[in-house]
Amino acid sequence: MSEAHMFVAIPPRPAPRRIRGTAGWLRKNLFSDWPNSIATILLLMLFAWYVPQFVNWAVISAVARPDVEACRAAAHAGACWGVVAEKYRIILFGRYPYAQQWRPLVAVLLLLSLVGLSTLPRMWRWTLLPLWLLGMTVFVALMGGGIAGLVPVPTSLWGGLPLTVLLSVGGMTLAFPLAILVAMGRRSALPVVRTLCTLYVELIRGVPLISVLFMASFMLPLFLPQGVKLDVLIRVLVGIGLFTAAYMAEIVRGGLQAVPRGQAEAARALGLGYWKTHALVLLPQALQAVLPSLVNSFIGTFKDCSLVTIVSLYELTGALSLALGGDVVWRPFFLEGYFFVAFIYWIFCFGMSRYSVRLEHRLARGLRRN
Amino acid sequence: MSGTQTPLPISPRPPPDLRADARRWRERLIQLIVLAIIAVVLWWLMHNTLANMRARGAHAGFDFLFDPAGFDISEGLFGYESGQPFWRAFLVGLGNTLRVALVSIVACTVLGTLLGIGRLSRNFLLRSLCTGYIELVRNVPVLLQLLMWYFILTDMLPASDEALAPLPGIFLSKSGLAFPVPVLSVAWLYAGVGFVFGINMSVLYLRRVRRVLYDSGRQLPRVWPVFLLLAGATLLGCLIGAVIHGAPWAFDVPEKSAINISGGAAVTPEFLAVCIALSTYTAAFVAEVVRAGILSVQHGQLEAARALGLNRVQQLQRVILPQALRVIVPSLTNQYLNLTKNSSLAVAVGYPDLVSIANTSLNQTGRAFECVAIIMTVYVTLSLITAWLMNRYNRRVALRGLQG
Repeated sequence: MSEAHMFVAIPPRPAPRRIRGTAGWLRKNLFSDWPNSIATILLLMLFAWYVPQFVNWAVISAVARPDVEACRAAAHAGACWGVVAEKYRIILFGRYPYAQQWRPLVAVLLLLSLVGLSTLPRMWRWTLLPLWLLGMTVFVALMGGGIAGLVPVPTSLWGGLPLTVLLSVGGMTLAFPLAILVAMGRRSALPVVRTLCTLYVELIRGVPLISVLFMASFMLPLFLPQGVKLDVLIRVLVGIGLFTAAYMAEIVRGGLQAVPRGQAEAARALGLGYWKTHALVLLPQALQAVLPSLVNSFIGTFKDCSLVTIVSLYELTGALSLALGGDVVWRPFFLEGYFFVAFIYWIFCFGMSRYSVRLEHRLARGLRRN
Repeated sequence: MSGTQTPLPISPRPPPDLRADARRWRERLIQLIVLAIIAVVLWWLMHNTLANMRARGAHAGFDFLFDPAGFDISEGLFGYESGQPFWRAFLVGLGNTLRVALVSIVACTVLGTLLGIGRLSRNFLLRSLCTGYIELVRNVPVLLQLLMWYFILTDMLPASDEALAPLPGIFLSKSGLAFPVPVLSVAWLYAGVGFVFGINMSVLYLRRVRRVLYDSGRQLPRVWPVFLLLAGATLLGCLIGAVIHGAPWAFDVPEKSAINISGGAAVTPEFLAVCIALSTYTAAFVAEVVRAGILSVQHGQLEAARALGLNRVQQLQRVILPQALRVIVPSLTNQYLNLTKNSSLAVAVGYPDLVSIANTSLNQTGRAFECVAIIMTVYVTLSLITAWLMNRYNRRVALRGLQG
């Protein structure tokens, strides 16, 4: 045997680069190759330039006291949070009588804790329904007054955060049963019912919310018998409810379609009729499957409620314009006011979207097979 | 047991299915009742409306469209004067709606695609930046963002005599954005003819490429020759035009004087605010659509494409994009429709879009029903046209295998 045919092992390959630990993470996420490293350095430079400027504007040079002179002296080099300190009562509660503003505060806290309670899966049972009815009644009673020695406050003075919460929660509550009926109607075997429901959904989804609100505020009074007057708040609430119902109906329909056919057939074999099949077998499964989408739809409604400003209801966005629009002294600091209101919206919407994601994971747990 | 076989009993004819009959009649009855209820409700609403209108002495009907409107419109594609009839005002409004929607759609698609790809980047910082933007923007109502942009554009920018000039020839101030536009010239017509000629040449060339591919399996280059053909033919047309009619590259550049900015083209701060707000807001949603579309292509597809020896462009063009687009395009269309519907918020900053014009007309004439009906009809028509185009597209890109 010659040397050439002798077996020579090739040298072992070096161990792979560390991908664990801080160094490994940095290499994988920031410096994996040349383009990546260049992007990292460019972005770091960008951050180094803008972040200190923003922090300086928002915190270091900012004026937090409600002091116009100090705010003017800062000359937009620093944020004037004083405008929030000065106006937060109007922004949060609109034109509600100043001395009575503890009432909307309590009402909002009550409704929010009710929402918080409803997010817990262990609370998902029928007791929630009377609890909500009670909560809404107390909310309206607190806001409107006229009982238990509370001074009556007309709905035209309601505003700010309570109005936003009322419109979105109330609109959703109105929309929910209608959405279920319309979703069932779109899957109905009866052509007339199916056509009507399809028409409703496609018509509403084709038009902007503003036109529905215009209809609620200008046309609804014409539709009612003479002498009957509906409060503008209720009209707008109906408008939002009808609008949201069309979108929710599509979500519910998606859920119903996802329920396996065998479920409906089994229910019929057990002798259940149409309504009982839906109420006891199909809807519980369908609604649970689309719960995350329903939460997302609620986020949309919550944001859309800002549109009622255009028909002169002063919810959060409108209340801000109410507070600053006519005020010559504070008007230059409108931007800080916008940031404040945007922050409130953001907290609510971001919180709900996180909740929706968690819900999705939780529901997926049941479907996972190990 | 081989004796006489007892004949099989002839099964009696089944009795008529009375239950199915009954069900059919019941279904008919239910539908009749539903129709009757709808008819009664509609009649009741009509009756109330007519009674109310009679009590108020109001008129109904669309005849007001031919009366002079009597209000001015601050901007529009075609000129408008206050003496002209309402229907023209509505037309100007519709033009403004489409104009702002089209510009925003282009902007939000570009920005959204970049953000969506950025969210999938390997780079942690870029990924976080894009995620941060999306989470920040889509959790704040678009109306609030619109009002904020409008405030920034009208209250925080300098007046036109101290306008900002981010680039030479472009001025940004309280009175809007002024930018240069090329002066119309006959030579452009020649360039256009040249471009069309280039398209014809490209089509011929691509046919040849395909024939060579089918005959010999050789893939000729396609991208750069087509580009060259198009650019060359256009340029040639332009040059011929320039020789005959003089140079076409004159630009109308805005100039700043002590009082104002003149020349060039300009857009109002209202238009700008609506555009910026709609496109930055919708971009966050487009980004999510794009991301979901790219993630929907299974990893095995990319690996298979690599195993077949496709290069990066081919991987993207032949394997990833066709599958991703099937997911992306329907949702993207939905976002475009949402954007168009959201453009109705322009009424809040006084941009004269369709809703704003309808609102003004409504306040002036009191014809609430007619004005709202016009808004709704226009938007529903836009949705239906889009849905129709979408269905055609879907039929084209649908999985062939599933069609059978």
